[in-house]
Amino acid sequence: MLYSAVIEYALNLCLYYKGIIFMKVLVPIKRVVDYNVKVRAKSDESGVDLANVKMAINPFCEIAVEEAVRLQEEGKASEVIAVSIGTEASQEQLRTALALGADKAILVQTEVEVEPLGVAKLLKAVVEKENPDLIILGKQAIDDDANQTGQMLAALLNYPQGTFASEIELKDGGIEVTREVDGGLQTVSLSLPAIVTTDLRLNEPRYASLPNIMKAKKKPLDVITTEDLNVDVMPRLNTLKVSPPPERASGVIVETVDELVDKLKNEAKVIT
Amino acid sequence: MNFDLSEDQIVFQNLAKEFAAKELAPFAAKWDSESYFPKEVIEKAGELGFCSLYVPEEDGGMNLGRLDASIIIEQLSTGCTSTTAFITIHNMALWMLSKFGKEKLKKEWCPSLSSGKKLASYCLTESGAGSDAASIKTTAKKTNDGYIINGSKSFISGSGETDCLILMARTGKEGAGGISCFLIPANSKGIDYGKKEEKMGWKNQPTRIVNLTEVKVPKDNLIGEEGQGFKIAMQGLDGGRINIATCSIGTAQAALSSAQQYMNEREQFGKKIGEFQALQFKLADMTTELVAARHFVRLAANKVDNNHPEATTYSAMAKRFATDVGFNVCNEALQIFGGYGYIQEYPLERYVRDVRVHQILEGTNEIMRMIIGRRMMMEDATNLVQ
Ligand SMILES: Cc1cc2nc3c(=O)[nH]c(=O)nc-3n(C[C@H](O)[C@H](O)[C@H](O)COP(=O)(O)OP(=O)(O)OC[C@H]3O[C@@H](n4cnc5c(N)ncnc54)[C@H](O)[C@@H]3O)c2cc1C
Repeated sequence: MLYSAVIEYALNLCLYYKGIIFMKVLVPIKRVVDYNVKVRAKSDESGVDLANVKMAINPFCEIAVEEAVRLQEEGKASEVIAVSIGTEASQEQLRTALALGADKAILVQTEVEVEPLGVAKLLKAVVEKENPDLIILGKQAIDDDANQTGQMLAALLNYPQGTFASEIELKDGGIEVTREVDGGLQTVSLSLPAIVTTDLRLNEPRYASLPNIMKAKKKPLDVITTEDLNVDVMPRLNTLKVSPPPERASGVIVETVDELVDKLKNEAKVIT
Repeated sequence: MNFDLSEDQIVFQNLAKEFAAKELAPFAAKWDSESYFPKEVIEKAGELGFCSLYVPEEDGGMNLGRLDASIIIEQLSTGCTSTTAFITIHNMALWMLSKFGKEKLKKEWCPSLSSGKKLASYCLTESGAGSDAASIKTTAKKTNDGYIINGSKSFISGSGETDCLILMARTGKEGAGGISCFLIPANSKGIDYGKKEEKMGWKNQPTRIVNLTEVKVPKDNLIGEEGQGFKIAMQGLDGGRINIATCSIGTAQAALSSAQQYMNEREQFGKKIGEFQALQFKLADMTTELVAARHFVRLAANKVDNNHPEATTYSAMAKRFATDVGFNVCNEALQIFGGYGYIQEYPLERYVRDVRVHQILEGTNEIMRMIIGRRMMMEDATNLVQ
């Protein structure tokens, strides 16, 4: 163990002097309901019914993995580590990340449903252990749509952040992030270590091929617990109820434009 | 005994399902109507490993079992029956080369065939030798440094677009024992391809007559030994039949899903047609038979994986049953769609056209019954089905 660490250090040093960037990328990923699934609220309104539902890697997280793997393929990153926080079942999604090209995976196993702040605190602890130069997260998870973890992590670590990235480029020892903002694109330049969150257009993730699925089984996947990281993840929010959106009422066919205008004015009250 | 898929199989299944939904299903109708053979998509499938499913790793393959392969093929065929069926023929032909070919020939061909960069056709049938395949007339005459091949093959899937032919020809006496198997580069001098057959289904892949006149092949292109060709061809078909049966299952599943959805949408007599018990019963039968057929196919695949002595009989039973059920399910799904099932706006008529041929090729279902029947007439045969 120590021996291999020394070799790795020496190797790093050699590459460093050769001018090759040696960047470690951490990619946090979340297990969520597959985006194709039509979710149903439980009848007691306590949450979404997850029984027998297909689960998958959150699409934005998948984009994050793809981006990290591309950096590695371009020789700009040396190691890609995927990390997930969740139940044992999240190993499935970590294996997907490994099959897509991540080198190793860490599962922070917990039975509690961890909220964004808890996730950010756990990730901070992982960052302090792994010392990545770049952390790429999805901008949000499609289950709770919170869009908070990346920003909270940046604040906790006091790292610069480039959120909603549609393009990233390593430049002058830092990273340039093109962000999708209202009405256009904004480019920010961050020094490393930095946090990037992905938008939909950053890339189109590849399929994990059969050989890579097989290879992924042999890659390391470490399991630790929230206690190992000494982080309190007790929820601070209280979900009152989860209910489906109201069913769309069926439309009516109007006979004339006048009738339409009348209805828009007097029934829908959207024009005056 | 465990009927659940393994963790790996679930991952394979998900991959194939996603590939089918994104790369095959959206284009299948267009490929059908334009008779377009999507080689670039097959190559993409190859990059993921789908062109060499049960070929060993040293030949560039995925080294999966037939059951794993069936699980993958089923998902692919939900996207495009015809493209998937061709991929399975390629898998079968490549497996024959990989299993029985000589090292030199394998080195030359296996890597590019395994990756799907090159494609293979399986050439057994002739105009006068269909079900009676052991009566083929194409000859391979031995010379000092190889063979000279003369004859004509009919109904060759993919031909004209593929890169090599895995071809059965007669090197010796009449009957099965005089047949040998060869790899012939598709562009060899003396090969002449007929016109694309106009078919009922499988329209997106070419089917042609292949004429061979004084085609020279080196002696290393002999696969297996002289006289082993028929055995090799039949061993290929044991797996091939499972694959074709699987293509019927996947397509039938797609048809079933469409029909179920339609029953929840279409209204007649003031209610959803799914509320009519007659249609619910139809759906119940379709589902029951489809599930039975799927598990029969998986059982047969398992027998081939385990080199079970009755693997051939099980493959024949599964092929017969699953291709009949597959056709009936697609046909009933079409019926549920009424007139809309008959027009090309919906995929039902294509499903019916595409799976129909599975009852005919890789041995007709009558020939399957013949294989099963012969075996069942042997003295100890009832033990077979316990
Ligand atoms: C679209 C398509 C693609 C094909 N692709 C390939 C390919 O890639 N490579 C290849 O080698 N071949 C291919 N074939 C050929 C296919 O395998 C043959 O068509 C099939 O084996 C049947 O042979 P046949 O057409 O000569 O029918 P025949 O053998 O003439 O059979 C006619 C009828 O008689 C029945 N019959 C025959 N013998 C018996 C018997 N003893 N008892 C009872 N009934 C019997 C048959 O079941 C059938 O109903 C393809 C065929 C089609 C249609």
